[in-house]
Amino acid sequence: MSAPVAEPKTKNMTINFGPQHPSAHGVLRLVLELDGEIVERADPHIGLLHRGTEKLIEYKTYLQAVPYFDRLDYVAPMNQEHAFALAVERLCGIVVPPRAQYIRALYAELGRQLSHILNVTTQAMDVGAMTPSLWGFEEREKLMVFYERASGSRMHAAYFRPGGVHLDLPQALIDDIYKWCEHFPKVIDDIEGLLTYSRIFKQRNVDIGVVSAEQALAWGFSGVMLRGSGMAWDLRRAQPYECYSDLAFDIPVGKNGDCYDRYLCRIEEMRQSVKIMRQAIEKMPKGPVNETSGKIVPPKRAEMKNSMEALIHHFKLYTEGYHVPAGETYAAVEAPKGEFGVYLVADGSNKPYRCKIRAPGFPHLQALDFMTRGHMLADVSAIIGSLDIVFGEVDR
Amino acid sequence: MSEFLGTIVWPLIWLVLPMLALIVSLLIMLAFLLLFDRKVWAAVALRRGPNVVGPYGLLQSFADFFKFVLKESIIPAGANKGVFILAPLVSFTLAMGGWAVVPVADRWVVADINVGILYIFAISSLGVYGIIMGGWASNSKYPFLGALRSAAQMVSYEVSIGFVIVTVLLTAGSLNLSKIVNAQAGGFYHWNLFGILFPMAVVFFISALAETNRPPFDLPEAESELVAGYQTEYSSSAYLLFQIGEYLNIVLMCAMASILFLGGWHAPLEIAPFTWIPDLGWFVIKVWAMFFLFAMVKAIVPRYRYDQLMRIGWKLFLPFSLLWVVVTSGYLLYFDKLP
Repeated sequence: MSAPVAEPKTKNMTINFGPQHPSAHGVLRLVLELDGEIVERADPHIGLLHRGTEKLIEYKTYLQAVPYFDRLDYVAPMNQEHAFALAVERLCGIVVPPRAQYIRALYAELGRQLSHILNVTTQAMDVGAMTPSLWGFEEREKLMVFYERASGSRMHAAYFRPGGVHLDLPQALIDDIYKWCEHFPKVIDDIEGLLTYSRIFKQRNVDIGVVSAEQALAWGFSGVMLRGSGMAWDLRRAQPYECYSDLAFDIPVGKNGDCYDRYLCRIEEMRQSVKIMRQAIEKMPKGPVNETSGKIVPPKRAEMKNSMEALIHHFKLYTEGYHVPAGETYAAVEAPKGEFGVYLVADGSNKPYRCKIRAPGFPHLQALDFMTRGHMLADVSAIIGSLDIVFGEVDR
Repeated sequence: MSEFLGTIVWPLIWLVLPMLALIVSLLIMLAFLLLFDRKVWAAVALRRGPNVVGPYGLLQSFADFFKFVLKESIIPAGANKGVFILAPLVSFTLAMGGWAVVPVADRWVVADINVGILYIFAISSLGVYGIIMGGWASNSKYPFLGALRSAAQMVSYEVSIGFVIVTVLLTAGSLNLSKIVNAQAGGFYHWNLFGILFPMAVVFFISALAETNRPPFDLPEAESELVAGYQTEYSSSAYLLFQIGEYLNIVLMCAMASILFLGGWHAPLEIAPFTWIPDLGWFVIKVWAMFFLFAMVKAIVPRYRYDQLMRIGWKLFLPFSLLWVVVTSGYLLYFDKLP
């Protein structure tokens, strides 16, 4: 008779993934419970980038609130401004001139490119492919120069303002963007050559982090996270805002809802985005780029030289700001990461009473636990990469 | 006195001199290989790479060396001090030790032992101890996971490398590395690469990537998962020793590939323009060519997951190399080519 062998006592290992982890995409702190290399539980801790944006906006005039939106999803700043501008315009009952609408569409798609280039290449980096990100960053650099040439700033543009856009685009800039549109698909081909058809990249992404369409709806997904699971929902098509109903583009939809499908969706969206940018440039009409009453958007400087009224408007708009009629509205745009919405409550004063921001990354991050459960540690970084999270907007 | 000089001092000097020559030239070559690695990677990524220190950045590795050496060594409070310091030393010494039996040219070898290949095999298997010790002694979770991964990985791929070596032994009929090289003399069409052993050369190259923890098998130090794996808690000279050890292992694998499959120091053709380059030159060229492949692989592939890595090692490479041992021996026996 041998002594009964005691059952070996094992316990799961808990590790801190982030906030200083190389693939935490900023400041995510993820508490992982690991059984060997298998993830048993993933608990995202957020708030390390919380700046109280929503509360700050309550103490700023409507114009002063614009730059805060650049700092939410700082990968595609103008798309956030767009939602806020739409909300204010809805409350004021303004429709911006057509040229401004097309400029907005052009720059919103430019922002989509910025975001998708970063996400696709960092997702590649999360599974170990270093080179695509360096190729992608060269293109992002060019796009940021376009940002700078339009607004004077590479990132925090404050370019889409309630009533239109800050300044008109010079023709040379429009021509350069058009040239970029012709060249960029080749770069996408190069990146795809390293990733889409790579066996290892497929093995790391196919059937990883699968989300069914029902789950995606239940967890409040939007954008690529929803489309990757097979739901053809895109606000640019479902609830077209501004000039999007005049622009032709396709909405790529995934089949399996795994990381690879989401990657493919983003790649295809970049191609469609190029298409939209070219159309926006081709169809862009001449005319003013701002609402012209002088009550919301300050008058031109030349006008101020000989119009007393214009000078008064300019002074009032840059000190007190404009008053927005009392009411509430929800304006949402299809930001690169999903539905970015602004719920704005105005009390008739020059400052918003409440500004609730619906950031797409937040519901996506909530789902991380069920998406990673049962996968291996290495898959966690692949899944985080495919979620496309930016902590500026998650933490706000 | 002269007797003392004659019997003890001179032989000792003659013993130490080749070792010293090998170590020094190896480390200097390594400095430029490191730069080459970074330059290749940079070229693929459309960057310039290091280009500030010295002309074309040639002195970059030396600058890095001084940076590492002059930094403060940090030993974590919870670490096992002795093992923590020992680990990089083990890693470095073993990587260096393997070079003792590598023939860099005809009869240019520190120790021409008759089981050289087994010696290298043994030494490189021991290399995993440095990593395990480093990962365990750090008393930290990421290094620990990295150490576990690397132990499993190196052991798995050692097995298929073993069978690859067996096929080479069968064709050469010797365990001595110089004899293996000489069996491939007389032009590139005699090299093991171009013959029945071609698939084994591919298996060897991939296993060598895994054995030296290079992408796509760099799981023990996978940046996006384990921060820096077993090296996470290391800094300054200790980190430098790990790095040098790792690169020495890579170069050793490149040297092994050129000895086993590319005819070692022999010129590809025994005619005029090729024979102008000395034996040593050909050996170095082949090592650099192999290293170029290592660098390119790093630049273009993503990383495998742990279970996928294991699957390739045990379910693909092991049966295949086992099969090829049988095929090779059958071929040699049937065509009466046994040495």
